Amino acid sequence: MAKMTLDQLRALRAKKQEELERRNVEGKDIQVIVGMGTCGIAAGAKLTFDAIVAALEKHNIASRVVVRQTGCMGLCYVEPTVEVVMPDMPPVIYGKMTSEFAEELVVKHLVEHSLLDNHIFDRPAVDIVKH
Amino acid sequence: MHFTVGDFVLDLAQNSVEADARAIEVAIDEGADGLRVRVADDGRGMSASERDRALDPLANSGAKHPGRKVGFGLPFIQQAVELAGGTFSLESVLGRGTEVRFFFPSNSVDSPPLGDVGQLFSALISLAGNAEMRLRRTRSRDGLKYEITKSELEAAVGDLGSAASLALVRQFLASQEEG
Repeated sequence: MAKMTLDQLRALRAKKQEELERRNVEGKDIQVIVGMGTCGIAAGAKLTFDAIVAALEKHNIASRVVVRQTGCMGLCYVEPTVEVVMPDMPPVIYGKMTSEFAEELVVKHLVEHSLLDNHIFDRPAVDIVKH
Repeated sequence: MHFTVGDFVLDLAQNSVEADARAIEVAIDEGADGLRVRVADDGRGMSASERDRALDPLANSGAKHPGRKVGFGLPFIQQAVELAGGTFSLESVLGRGTEVRFFFPSNSVDSPPLGDVGQLFSALISLAGNAEMRLRRTRSRDGLKYEITKSELEAAVGDLGSAASLALVRQFLASQEEG
């Protein structure tokens, strides 16, 4: 491995810190992020958002979850998109997540720790990765 | 294209968030003659030429998304309003903020449905960022009138990112709509 500069070390630490924070936002270890750009909204992201919140309540997992909105994730062709970040699961961006799939998302991914195979599209697009 | 007026409003508010607004105000007034909407923010605003480009769907600066050449948010609204015979205005001052107003007449079949306002407001208060959000709502048909801010809701239920808090807010806002 090439020699690391102090700047790289600091960058690495910041990245790790970010990962830690992502995993543990005020005691809540699951993040669900709904893409709410023009493309997402046009495809029904507002309904998806609402249905996810309702499903989290229904399955008694709401207290562990932070639900956020973001702009376009760069996957306009499969909106609405939903990213899920949680411990022991790879970060996944699900596409074509219209509201009728909200409950399946909560039950399969968040509760049963399995993936919704037909909806996996990406990890975060380079579009929205902060440098 | 968006389906409900609420979708347009959410799109505009997302723009405000991306313009680093600290305060966003959304007003939805449902009158006998039609629906008036105002979305105003104190974000970074636009110069006259940027404002004109914002209304051109094929003239995106690419600032928000590298390589992106289109921006449909504002053009969608303008088009919908034109189709319905309503009115639309976009005023922006660089460094001061932006205000969008539009009106959909109730006697036009092309006016989109309003959609669920409680659902819209709960989506608005959970947008990213720490901007204060003031939501105003009137409905002339039954005299409904209320106003609520994000900080008031936050003080009541705690962190608005939490799905548990959001579910409560959702319930609260749905009850406001019942009048």
